[in-house]
Amino acid sequence: MSHHIVEVRDLRYAYPDGTEALSGVSFRIHHGESVALVGANGAGKSTLLLHLNGCLVPSAGEVRIGDFPLTRSTLPEVRRTVGMVFQDPDDQLFMPTVHDDVAFGPLNLGLPEEDVEARVQAALATVGGEGLAKRPPYKLSGGEKRSVAIATVLAMSPSILVLDEPTSNLDPRSRRQFINLLRAFEHTKIIASHDLDMVLDLCERTIILQRGKVRADGPTRDIFADDRLLEECHLERPLSMQAR
Amino acid sequence: MDIERTLFEIGALDQMALQDTPLHRLDPRTKLITAMGFILTVVSFGRYELAALLPLTLYPVALAAMGDLPAGYLLRKLLIASPFALFVGMFNPLLDRTPLLFIGSVAVSGGWISFLSILTRFCLTVSAALILVGSTGFSPVCMALGRLGMPRIFAAQLLFLYRYIFVLTEEGLRMVRARNLRSFGNKGTGVRIYGHMLGQLLLRTMDRAQRIHQAMLCRGFDGEVRLVRHCRFTSTDVAFIAGWFVYFGLARAFNLPQILGGVVTRIMA
Repeated sequence: MSHHIVEVRDLRYAYPDGTEALSGVSFRIHHGESVALVGANGAGKSTLLLHLNGCLVPSAGEVRIGDFPLTRSTLPEVRRTVGMVFQDPDDQLFMPTVHDDVAFGPLNLGLPEEDVEARVQAALATVGGEGLAKRPPYKLSGGEKRSVAIATVLAMSPSILVLDEPTSNLDPRSRRQFINLLRAFEHTKIIASHDLDMVLDLCERTIILQRGKVRADGPTRDIFADDRLLEECHLERPLSMQAR
Repeated sequence: MDIERTLFEIGALDQMALQDTPLHRLDPRTKLITAMGFILTVVSFGRYELAALLPLTLYPVALAAMGDLPAGYLLRKLLIASPFALFVGMFNPLLDRTPLLFIGSVAVSGGWISFLSILTRFCLTVSAALILVGSTGFSPVCMALGRLGMPRIFAAQLLFLYRYIFVLTEEGLRMVRARNLRSFGNKGTGVRIYGHMLGQLLLRTMDRAQRIHQAMLCRGFDGEVRLVRHCRFTSTDVAFIAGWFVYFGLARAFNLPQILGGVVTRIMA
């Protein structure tokens, strides 16, 4: 059984205006792996993430989650398996209260009410947001919004977590708490980020995208030690790997 | 600054809804039905009826007291919205000059009476709506509307409107700030620039709407917004609705101030 595998084969995608965002991306991510997706602005990271649970439909190539190719008929199952955390929590938190928002996914899965309640409590407890349940999302701080956004996804018990820039706009302490929270999630993680120190902390494997193609794919430490590669991809060594 | 303040005040109404008073504990549907009954009663009065409306002030006053809602805040909100009513009725005193009433030797024209009647009705209906939201909260009101048969799509729209009004105003505010910092004197503040800014805001809003929709789809959205809320009618709810409807009916059917006046003069005589 290998239904937590994420496989992308020769994925191509062009935006409606003709701009090609992905031009033949392939990789395979195994269960339990924690993989970072890095690259310059506009390299195609967010576009790629949106393909992993069918928000965008590829122009060519395929995405396989577990043993199924992602198609219209497998979409509901895939969306339950792949939890997606968007970059801007305001996009993710759309319900009147935090509780309603965390309950949104489980209710849509058709779970009975007691189960929904239990999942909401558990998800909020995991992110340390028990006290926030009754608050409206617009009254939360940036860090709280981010934690709740994760809780909304955890409540659906996904086996693959996909995150877009999870640590942007967080103060150092919230960032650290957030990293610890992610570390506790044992299933597969795919994280797109410019925060290379976080990548170094969390991901053993890194994929570099450059102009819609995979430029490098390997152990994070090896990739971040290759100055020439980093330079070419508009990146630089994480601060903790820089000699002072 | 003004926008920020207004935003805060909208939030304040929601804050009031978090209290725990006998009024707050009623089922949202109860309060909604009663408020709708009240508004219908108020607007059903004829244009020259003024005195007959007065007993209905009991409703907002009693509810504000019962729900511990600050009168000052409600009055301020009424004042902010009052220009609308003023404009609607402004020309009545000029157009309708038939004398209807004499106070001593001063004739009061029908226009003035209908103008005052419009203002009274405005104050009554708007305060009833404010009290409804202030004692229930915006989203429970939407939900109650949905449960009472309003099409689901409208209920969802109202929910989203309320959720994103804060995000949208903040975005607008940031744009205004950015413009102000780079416009000097009167340059850069013209109507044309406003047009561009509004267009920009619209585009951003559409982008955001798309992202929100994606986020909803990712969590299994299938066209229905589900909420877990346990609300049920209790005997208190029934009594509340029945009591107020009887009172509205009485106030509508009989001119209570007139009857009261008659009784008083008879006693005095």
